[in-house]
Amino acid sequence: MNNDIPRTVPIQSATFSNAVNAEIRRAAATGIYDIRGGGAKRRVPHFDDLLFLGASVSRYPLEGYRETCGTNVTLGTRFAENPIELDIPITIAGMSFGALSGPAKEALGRGATLAGTSTTTGDGGMTPEERGHSAKLVYQYLPSRYGMNPDDLRRADAIEIVVGQGAKPGGGGMLLGQKIDDRVAEMRTLPKGIDQRSACRHPDWTGPDDLEIKILELREITSGRVPIYVKIGATRPYFDVALAVKAGADVVVIDGMQGGTAATQDVFIEHVGIPTLACIRPAVKALQDLGLHREVQLVVSGGIRNGADVAKAMALGADAVSIGTAAMVALGDNDPRYEAEYNALGTTAGAYDDWHEGRDPAGITTQDPKLAARLDPVEGGRRLRNYLNVMTLEAQTIARACGHNHLHNLEPEDLCALTMEAAAMAQVPLAGTDWWPGKPGTGY
Amino acid sequence: MATTYDLERDGLRGLNRALHALAGSTPNEAWEVVNPRGSHAIAVGLDAPVDVTVRGSTGYYCGGMNKQATIRVAGSVGPGVAENMMSGTVIVDGDASQYAGASGHGGLLVIKGNASSRCGISMKGIDIVVHGSIGHMSAFMGQAGNLVVCGDAGEALGDSIYEARLFVRGSVKSLGADCIEKEMRPEHLDLLAGLLERAECDAKPEEFRRYGSARKLYNFKIDNAY
Repeated sequence: MNNDIPRTVPIQSATFSNAVNAEIRRAAATGIYDIRGGGAKRRVPHFDDLLFLGASVSRYPLEGYRETCGTNVTLGTRFAENPIELDIPITIAGMSFGALSGPAKEALGRGATLAGTSTTTGDGGMTPEERGHSAKLVYQYLPSRYGMNPDDLRRADAIEIVVGQGAKPGGGGMLLGQKIDDRVAEMRTLPKGIDQRSACRHPDWTGPDDLEIKILELREITSGRVPIYVKIGATRPYFDVALAVKAGADVVVIDGMQGGTAATQDVFIEHVGIPTLACIRPAVKALQDLGLHREVQLVVSGGIRNGADVAKAMALGADAVSIGTAAMVALGDNDPRYEAEYNALGTTAGAYDDWHEGRDPAGITTQDPKLAARLDPVEGGRRLRNYLNVMTLEAQTIARACGHNHLHNLEPEDLCALTMEAAAMAQVPLAGTDWWPGKPGTGY
Repeated sequence: MATTYDLERDGLRGLNRALHALAGSTPNEAWEVVNPRGSHAIAVGLDAPVDVTVRGSTGYYCGGMNKQATIRVAGSVGPGVAENMMSGTVIVDGDASQYAGASGHGGLLVIKGNASSRCGISMKGIDIVVHGSIGHMSAFMGQAGNLVVCGDAGEALGDSIYEARLFVRGSVKSLGADCIEKEMRPEHLDLLAGLLERAECDAKPEEFRRYGSARKLYNFKIDNAY
């Protein structure tokens, strides 16, 4: 061998990356698909691909810190006798007791209440702890109907009919046996320790015409007192939003593919559904075409992380946003202080997603009493409150810079895009131009 | 004595509000609902031991989420009768459409005629007695409770069933995934006798066969993935 001849350096395949090959080897060894929690991890066009233009000669900014910039939002103004009044347009998304520990649910309720917003139940029903610590609680009405009862329905401040979620539109949920302890089993009327399946479709209605009748029934049971939300996983946002509105929804929640789940197949999370950024404008257009934008409120979720994301979602037409994964991180999920324990589980802080296994070092996605005790619900609530406050302050900062005295006054004209994809999805100009792909009147 | 409520004249919300107002009381008077004309969501969310008779056929979700009340429909019912019932009794003199007793947690649903597909879907403790036959995919994902069918059962009975117990007197077109025929033991005959008596049915417990979960889908493994 002549060492003087230059050699090519080893090149890893972009198609068969280390991660791809590792999954092939794992599949070959086990014969079963990978299950995990969280939302899509792949890079997709997102709010980071948008920028605010800010005030300049043609726009007049508001003074930071001093001039008023409203953040309140009212959800459910269409039909409900008692719409939900929130101080901030950032709600806590549905996460179940079962998927999360009791202290984690309590912390979410405490934090949301301190920040003046709502939290949401999840599959498995409503616990007294979360009702007790949540000033505004949205009760999810799910296909599984685990723990569903009319008393809790009437105790709720709003009802959210879950048609789907962004991580798995068209799919059901899973809660593996490690997390089915006595209490979870009793709430769900299931044997302890089995791997539990949550249905992918509702047992007693099919299609938008039935949904309208289901909403009628829920309104009758609650005497029309509380708003009824319809939550959909983002796939065909224009038509799904239009149909939800036609069925009588007071609020539509649309969840993009970055939205998390407690557990489902990785292939589902990464390959079904569309990015959050892609679903907002079609959803808003559906509301506008029906003459109901702002009368039926739109809540957007899936990958909301900071005040800029909040402001961008609202500039595109959302009335509020919802967070799940970010709220868990605020409580301590994936915190590097548990790095040694993450390593012991074969992962690292920031990448831990085996939430279904119930071995969460942060004590959030577990029913193990010892692990769950690691999360102090009072401190967790304080951290969530702080985080929500920061997001709100950040969104206000941006709104003021754009000359708006309320977050709801943000508009698409405040935005530009960094990439062609983001420009097309958000329907805002590519930075430095007045054009986006598909812009009406441009011919292409 | 009975309070008569004309649904066509006085409206649905008025009926349900009046019946909800009985919660926490022990009503002396029965209620009679006339002119239902296929309306949806009649007598839903009740929470009192009141007798309600609906004179005619109803639409979707009659008696939905019932607690304590005894609701009798002198006619046939649309989809989702007694859905998510918690307790009490719902009796249908005629036939029932799809999803009868869906996700019911308790109480007794009696259907004197036939029930369509997905009867007892996702049942969580309700007892259902059907004097006639039931359609396909009944007791799908049934978790708890008892489904008694005096006639025949359609395709895929008890698919993906958990711990619900199924009793069928006639033929079963096919069993769903993880549903098998099981031994009828004395305690099951006793249970069945009691349910048949409560449902005003003169069938003999010995004429039935019992079906339930093989419990092979209870754990997520490769053999269950196809």
